[in-house]
Amino acid sequence: MFKIIEKKVLNNTVSLMEIEAPIIANKAKPGQFLILRVDKDGERIPLTIADYNKENGTVTIIFQIVGSTTKQLNCLNENDYINDLVGPLGKASQLDNLNKVAVIGGGVGCAIAYPIAKYLNSQNTVVHSIIGFRNKELVILKNEFEKISDKLILMSDDGSIGNKGLVTTALERLIKSGEKYDKVIAIGPLVMMKSVSELTKKHNIKTTISMNPIMIDGTGMCGGCRLTVGGKTKFACVDGPDFDGHLVNFDEAIYRSKMYKDFEKKSYEKTCNIFKGAN
Amino acid sequence: MPNMSLEKTKMPHQDPSTRITNFSEVALGYTEEQAINEANRCLNCKNKPCVSMCPVSIDIPNFISKIKEKKFEEAYDIISKSSSLPAVCGRVCPQEVQCESKCVRGIKGEPVAIGNLERFVADWHNKNVKKQSKPKNSSKQKVAIVGSGPAGLACAGDLAKKGYKVTIFEALHIPGGVLVYGIPEFRLPKNIVEKELQNLENMGVEIKTNIVIGSSITIDELFSQNYKAIFIGSGAGLPRFMNIPGENLNGVYSANEFLTRINLMKAYMPDSSTPIKKCKKVAIVGGGNVAMDAARSAKRLGAEKVYVIYRRSEKEMPARMEEIEHAKEEGIIFKTLCNPKEIQGDSNYFANKIICSEMMLGEPDQSGRRRPIQKENSDFEIDIDCVVISIGTSPNPLIKNNTPGLKTNDWGGLIVNEQTGLTSKEGVFAGGDVVTGSATVILAMGAGKKASNAIDKYLSSLK
Repeated sequence: MFKIIEKKVLNNTVSLMEIEAPIIANKAKPGQFLILRVDKDGERIPLTIADYNKENGTVTIIFQIVGSTTKQLNCLNENDYINDLVGPLGKASQLDNLNKVAVIGGGVGCAIAYPIAKYLNSQNTVVHSIIGFRNKELVILKNEFEKISDKLILMSDDGSIGNKGLVTTALERLIKSGEKYDKVIAIGPLVMMKSVSELTKKHNIKTTISMNPIMIDGTGMCGGCRLTVGGKTKFACVDGPDFDGHLVNFDEAIYRSKMYKDFEKKSYEKTCNIFKGAN
Repeated sequence: MPNMSLEKTKMPHQDPSTRITNFSEVALGYTEEQAINEANRCLNCKNKPCVSMCPVSIDIPNFISKIKEKKFEEAYDIISKSSSLPAVCGRVCPQEVQCESKCVRGIKGEPVAIGNLERFVADWHNKNVKKQSKPKNSSKQKVAIVGSGPAGLACAGDLAKKGYKVTIFEALHIPGGVLVYGIPEFRLPKNIVEKELQNLENMGVEIKTNIVIGSSITIDELFSQNYKAIFIGSGAGLPRFMNIPGENLNGVYSANEFLTRINLMKAYMPDSSTPIKKCKKVAIVGGGNVAMDAARSAKRLGAEKVYVIYRRSEKEMPARMEEIEHAKEEGIIFKTLCNPKEIQGDSNYFANKIICSEMMLGEPDQSGRRRPIQKENSDFEIDIDCVVISIGTSPNPLIKNNTPGLKTNDWGGLIVNEQTGLTSKEGVFAGGDVVTGSATVILAMGAGKKASNAIDKYLSSLK
């Protein structure tokens, strides 16, 4: 059992939790993930480790309420317990010896992009952050990004905050203005990572993306998280979650992410009804 | 008077038409009367040929004699001296190629049903004896066991009996390894595994779940936490794929994923929070016990047609005869001498066809089995909505990659001394599938037992 030390609501659909997990905190590195089960009958879901504190023995997760498990998770509060937490899993991101990097976060992907930007900043890498959201209600971590970025560009689909448009629009503008990046790191919805990768391929800039597919064990056992990278099958859990964006078959990954769409929808509705009943 | 019947006393089974609608156990177990009747077929041979074929050397004629005398608990005590998981082994051991293969009664007629008798004794004990195994005085050094499958459990049990402080580390949220995530409920009910685990905990063994050794804690860190010896029984968890087109389509599973969703995550239950695709036409690729488990599970999930696709003939299938028989009774369709070439899908990327070639058998290959050769122009297709790839597994490289000094062979198996299980790293022993590649529960237990003796010797020498 793992105790929730702190919970913060970042917006209507995104929450942050700091959880007591000394073994995971002791080992965690940027880019790694954990798997949790909310209760004893829960499903296993992977979530990226958004932050960790070795001294206090805590890890932080930031999650969007998209399905029944994240909805159930969001019902827990400070001092409640999460049944299972295992990690750190996956390979750490390669973030050393970089001069200048564009870090791109889309929606809740910003929760994963932020610790990476923060780490790069601590390594004296010049960080240009581009963060994008559908609208102003959904903005998260803006102030945090501001503190650790040499340049921050905020984008929204509807123009209700920052500049109107997609993150790729902002990135293209920066590249065209003559900015030279060692690397672009893009984390967010698959469609966004695909567009960023297409753009950077044109400009020949190394690009890393972070996968978050369906998985069960997270240790290489089930193969449910497999994707095609450069024509070869890879497991996101042990070979990733970071991959070369220019080599990933995004279309396949997008199809695979929809495998249980119907089940998820029903399950989500059921969970909603349970909570309606409880209220 | 010995029972001179040429046939085994029949084990009662759930009727096939009923059992394909549920996940309850298929074989129902002997009554006391049936067990005694079968025990009386044992001739109590002096030279005990059966024992020589048991990987953990259970004193078989002796425990069977106790059944004849209705002293079931004494029979249990004899088995437990050698085996820490009798209720499991009585169900899943391939007795026909082990103990029963050397039974004198098998020369003319069927051998004594040793497996059925072992199961009877273990179940009788679990049902009738409430006494808890006493915690041993764990005064000796700390030992860490990596993985809570059959190898780790056998090693842990024996070391606890010898007085060591044993901690098992398990990566998943429930201990038991392949016994809980792999073997289905209808062949090995999970409450039996729980009982065996409870017995170990009563003996003082500590089980820590949710810890991935190699990632959460490394082998070297275990030593710095004062564990004096380590046994790696992490199994062969990495699924193999065929590398044919269409293998990443939706609806194509590794057997590991398919069975884990069903067994560990209980996806067969109506209110499960873990989904599994509800399929009508399922192709299982492979011919081992895992393939049979997957096929029979698919049937129970409501599939109308379940095919087992295997590239050699039925004779070469590695699955136990009993499993193949059970699968046939349940209406599984066997497509032998048949090899998949491609999986095709619909516009939404869901698998809907598997293309296969007919095969014929050529000369024997290195494994001694006849090599399958493709017949020309023999391609045909089968409509499916799900494919389960069950062509074996290999050891997970996680521990190897994070443990300096640990040597593996070219397919990733840990290299060990065969007599002791000692790896290339001092104080680190290993056994089971992580050494041999995918094998059986009892071989893994045998390896765990062997290593426990070597660990005892090693730790005694450290004093």
